[in-house]
Amino acid sequence: MCLGVPAQIKEIIDSDNQIAMVDLSGVAREVNIACVLDNTHQAQDLIDKWVLVHVGFALSVVDEEEAHKTLKILDEIGELSATMEDLDQGSR
Amino acid sequence: MKYVDEFRDPEQAKKILKEIDKLCSEIELKEDRPIQIMEVCGGHTHSIFRYGLNQLLPKKLEFVHGPGCPVCVLPRSVVDNCILIAKHDDVIFTTFGDAMRVPGSSQSLLDIKAEGSDIRMVYSPLDALTIAQKNPDKRVVFFGLGFETTMPSTALSLMQAKKQGVENFYLFCNHITIIPTIKAVLDSPGMRIDGFLGPGHVSLIIGTKPYDFIADDYHKPLVAAGFEPLDILQSVWMILKQLKNGEAIIENQYSRLVHEEGNASALAPIQEVFELREFFEWRGLGSINHSGVKVNDKYKEFDAEVEFDLKEVTVTDPDVCQCGEVLKGVLKPWQCKVFGKECTPEKPLGALMVSTEGACSAQYSYGLNIDLITKK
Ligand code: SF4
Repeated sequence: MCLGVPAQIKEIIDSDNQIAMVDLSGVAREVNIACVLDNTHQAQDLIDKWVLVHVGFALSVVDEEEAHKTLKILDEIGELSATMEDLDQGSR
Repeated sequence: MKYVDEFRDPEQAKKILKEIDKLCSEIELKEDRPIQIMEVCGGHTHSIFRYGLNQLLPKKLEFVHGPGCPVCVLPRSVVDNCILIAKHDDVIFTTFGDAMRVPGSSQSLLDIKAEGSDIRMVYSPLDALTIAQKNPDKRVVFFGLGFETTMPSTALSLMQAKKQGVENFYLFCNHITIIPTIKAVLDSPGMRIDGFLGPGHVSLIIGTKPYDFIADDYHKPLVAAGFEPLDILQSVWMILKQLKNGEAIIENQYSRLVHEEGNASALAPIQEVFELREFFEWRGLGSINHSGVKVNDKYKEFDAEVEFDLKEVTVTDPDVCQCGEVLKGVLKPWQCKVFGKECTPEKPLGALMVSTEGACSAQYSYGLNIDLITKK
């Protein structure tokens, strides 16, 4: 029920009604973008941005930098276990 | 980057599982029992089973599937009311697909659709609004349900109906709120959850601040988590680290979408259209104060409860159903007496067997699978 899918905004097709066209895993789909607009963010700024889409509404803009940070942390956790293995093998 | 595949890498998952294993062995529990992490959101339940994460994790760690599947906690009386509305000749009743098979006292929406009622599945509340505009001689009712994630879409659809002067569109509002629900779980007797996987998509609306009381008052860790396998594993790792260090804080693993303050542009329409109900009846959990919202006076003309003069009735579940115990994490799905026998996804007795996000259905459909991650 609360699932959402990342999609990329391609075009603003109706700025009065806040409707954009997104690419959702290769499928073009209309979404409402009211929840990702505010005083500082205009509709045009959203082109090419990734958003999370839920029941036809974009709910949040994906923060690319944060996504990279998360992947880096995941890498580091992975490295932790790699080092452990080296140590294990070294002690054998 | 597509923000999906990167978070499904099986090699990476294996490495993190190793770290989780190690952390688990370092955590000392006072009692002789597994470490229990509750995933509040049905979306997490679904991912955990779909990727077989429950089977990959060490035996010493257990997921408890929480009450966060809005379809699963729908009381029978609400389904009965849907049926009451949908049976009017001039009504087109619109709903998300998940709600179609939820059993009411004697029938489901699917049953009465087969009998000829005009019930349509929609992908978005805006689709329901379009149906209303195309059918001015009908009353079109949208069955609104879901946590805070789904509330802005319903609210914005009502605001649009008002702006465009649509007079034949109604909302049967059964939206529920997450915070009182988590609190009810924390306060329930016998509760022994060690930490929470926070609902990622609810959090991108409300932010992470509302969870502070979980750490401050109940001293339990919560990590707002994404829905891909690596998101979930990393979040589990974060919770375990806290447990090992004797900490209880609110953390955010899903920072690519969730901000501490939430999303003001999504919260505004919720404020505009809804007000808190004094209490809301949950299947299996009983009545929880302030756990639901209804349409406020400003939007009264769109309120199906007013239009169809609905009464609040309580209908108890059949005695054999143990959904309540499963929802609270006291019983595992397979420990319910009717699991897989009288109650299956094809013929659900209880609501947890209906949606793929329900603990029983997920257990039934995926429970016996070997992990998909390592097979890939
Ligand atoms: S098996 Fe059916 S009746 Fe038993 S808890 Fe699960 S959904 Fe409820």
